Amino acid sequence: MKFRPRLSAALSAVLLLTSAASVYAQSAHAESTLRIGLGADPDQLDPATARTYYGRFVFSAMCDRLVDVDQHLAIVPGLATDWSYSADGKTLSMNLRQGVLFHDGEKFDANAVKYNLDRYLTLTGSLRKSEISSIDSVEVTGPYSVKIHLKNPDAALLMQLTDRAGAMMAPIATAKGNVAAHPVCSGPYEFVSRVQQDRIVLKRFDQYWNKSAYHFDKIIFLPIPDASVRLANLQAGDLDVTEGIAATDVKTVKADSKLALATVTGLGYMGLTVNLNNGTANTTGALAKETKVRQALSLAIDRDALNQVVFQGLFTPANQPFSPVSPYHVDLPIQARNIDKAKALLAEAGVKTPLNIDMLVPNNPTSQQVAQVLQAMVSEAGINLNLQMTEFATLLDKQQRGDYQLSMSGWSGRPDPDGSIYSFLNSKGALNDGRYSNPQVDQWLLSARQTSDVSARKALYKNIVEQENVDLPIIYLYFEPRIFGMSKKIAGFTPYPDGLIRLQGMTLTQ
Amino acid sequence: MLELICKRLISAVPTLFLVTLMVFSLQKLLPGDPITAMAGEERDPAVIAQLRAEYHLDDPIPSQYFHWVGNALHGDFGISLRTQEPVLQLIASKLPVTLELSLWAMLIALIIGIGMGITAAVNKGTWIDNGANFVALSGISVPHFWLGVLLIMFFSVKLQWLPASGYVPFSEDPLQNLRTMILPAAVLGTGLSATLMRHTRAAMIAVMKTDYIRTARAKGLLRKKVIFKHALRNALVPIITLTTLLFGELLGGAVLCEQVFTLPGFGKMIVDSVFNRDYAVVQGVVMVVAVGFLVMNLLADVLYVLVNPRMRRG
Repeated sequence: MKFRPRLSAALSAVLLLTSAASVYAQSAHAESTLRIGLGADPDQLDPATARTYYGRFVFSAMCDRLVDVDQHLAIVPGLATDWSYSADGKTLSMNLRQGVLFHDGEKFDANAVKYNLDRYLTLTGSLRKSEISSIDSVEVTGPYSVKIHLKNPDAALLMQLTDRAGAMMAPIATAKGNVAAHPVCSGPYEFVSRVQQDRIVLKRFDQYWNKSAYHFDKIIFLPIPDASVRLANLQAGDLDVTEGIAATDVKTVKADSKLALATVTGLGYMGLTVNLNNGTANTTGALAKETKVRQALSLAIDRDALNQVVFQGLFTPANQPFSPVSPYHVDLPIQARNIDKAKALLAEAGVKTPLNIDMLVPNNPTSQQVAQVLQAMVSEAGINLNLQMTEFATLLDKQQRGDYQLSMSGWSGRPDPDGSIYSFLNSKGALNDGRYSNPQVDQWLLSARQTSDVSARKALYKNIVEQENVDLPIIYLYFEPRIFGMSKKIAGFTPYPDGLIRLQGMTLTQ
Repeated sequence: MLELICKRLISAVPTLFLVTLMVFSLQKLLPGDPITAMAGEERDPAVIAQLRAEYHLDDPIPSQYFHWVGNALHGDFGISLRTQEPVLQLIASKLPVTLELSLWAMLIALIIGIGMGITAAVNKGTWIDNGANFVALSGISVPHFWLGVLLIMFFSVKLQWLPASGYVPFSEDPLQNLRTMILPAAVLGTGLSATLMRHTRAAMIAVMKTDYIRTARAKGLLRKKVIFKHALRNALVPIITLTTLLFGELLGGAVLCEQVFTLPGFGKMIVDSVFNRDYAVVQGVVMVVAVGFLVMNLLADVLYVLVNPRMRRG
């Protein structure tokens, strides 16, 4: 029986051969390529129907938008060089950049802007429709100028145009259909190929108007859902930069001499949505009926300890939907945990403890940990949380149908405050799954949406956040940072609060 | 033989119908639908209503099913709601990855499993046998996921010999393709080799007890010749059948391996499409898997007849 030594010899030979091959593989890297790790595969690469956060990374490299944001969420020129609102706030005039080409050679002009905005407003299944629903019509006033007429003043519109709703695609190529298979934009990088669940490849667009600011010949996006495998790829040198480093892996990245870390507080929050009035099956209990019970639940939570235990202190405790990076963040101190007061509030509400509450929890390890910590914390106040681990699509479905008492669910956040609050707290909001209804809050929300005066908006959002903290339809827990890991060879990387990777000025020394 | 094959093919048709019907119904029982996933975070009711209408999701369920069957009979398996790619095209692009992974894994499993099985059988009751059994038991018990991450940590992160994940088609770069396949195939092969080893060992032990082996030995034949020429040939009969029946285990293992090593294969597609409620893709995938099982079972029967002369009608 001598086959075993032979087998191991053969296996070692194969290993040796393949490691020799890695030298060969690296030589293929002579043209400068940047490999970016993503937490999931983007969905359709059509800005009109795309919905995933991960798709936005690709659009950011591939498509120019009418306007863009800087690191502080201020709006800066994109394909529009300047803009102004009419006195009544119902007309937005824009002057456009000249000499811009789409990837297939078509010229960018005012007609292209009209084509794209009309498409976003009318295409079946367009997810941009609601983002720019205030637009009544787009008027071409010259070869490089447009007037956007609004149904009503909309303070959030410009911010929407910094993202997918402002992405400009080549009209002729787009009209032919099949956009998702081969999108044609005007950004610094053009689409080459895509293999679902494997890679998206872009190459430098030679006729880009701002070509000198971009230093890679090729960009490859690699979706790797498992955070530890993503990190392993980064450590092994198979990725140059990755988003979505887990809080638990930050130590590992810091300890690795070849890697660097960049963190920015994001715009997204995690909270507990209470079913106040959605259906009748789950809304008769004390949690839905008594404000004091919700206040007790919130008081029983130590947000800072939660952050330390589960997230190594890297997250930011929350009591509102606006993260500290937003100019609209309301200066309202986080309530300290107070078990005695929580017990007293429960007693005042006439609740017999232990009070049983069922809570839906997304079935991923992190959410599970958070839920278990909450369970332990609130049990000391006499609240007994029954955790129901639920797969994400099912959780969403239950939440919409009102088949829940309390649900742990988050929001990825929007640069304009309206996008993180209106639909959740407005009586008729599409995302108001707890059916919270407060006429005064509705009034404030609408006013804040329709005025573009920043200080007036700030005052209105302060009122809303303070009222929200009394009614507690959503019990906010924390803001999630965007954590990037990258090779030390990368220079010029700047993290943005919207969590996207902007390639402008980034370089990689070989 | 031909009669057997024809019979089995004809009986496969109703089976396939039942399978598609079952999967269709089960999917409809799941909460949430593809539109929930497609409509994004904003869940705009107007968009949802529009999409539901466009994809016939408001029709009665039986008519939805017959709509799908009607199209499938014309070779149209619909499009992926998530990425708008035709389902057949998706399957065609994913299948080679999983087939390649399975072939490598099977090769590893056959070499290790049969080799260890024979070694254990001929040294029955010695420390060699116990050792081999222990290794096999470990192979069955070790979770794919854990072993996969461990191998990545060692070979990719520490030694930097092999890529940690991803896939390169053979046609693009044969060497790089092999490098991406080694680790996942090793993980998938380990579990299978343990099963094969235990069956080989049992079959060999049974054969070694038979009269003709004793006769062969009594004639003074070389030990090697007895084991490989006389015993192994007969012991392989059940092993060949078993190998074809390991298809299910192979696919289940491939699902996990593809997740860990981020291989864009069939297994990963199954999981993702279920989570995204991408009905058309799930239906298409199940069809292919069901056909795969039917073919494998048929192959097992045919092989059994071929390698076992006693089964032939004469």
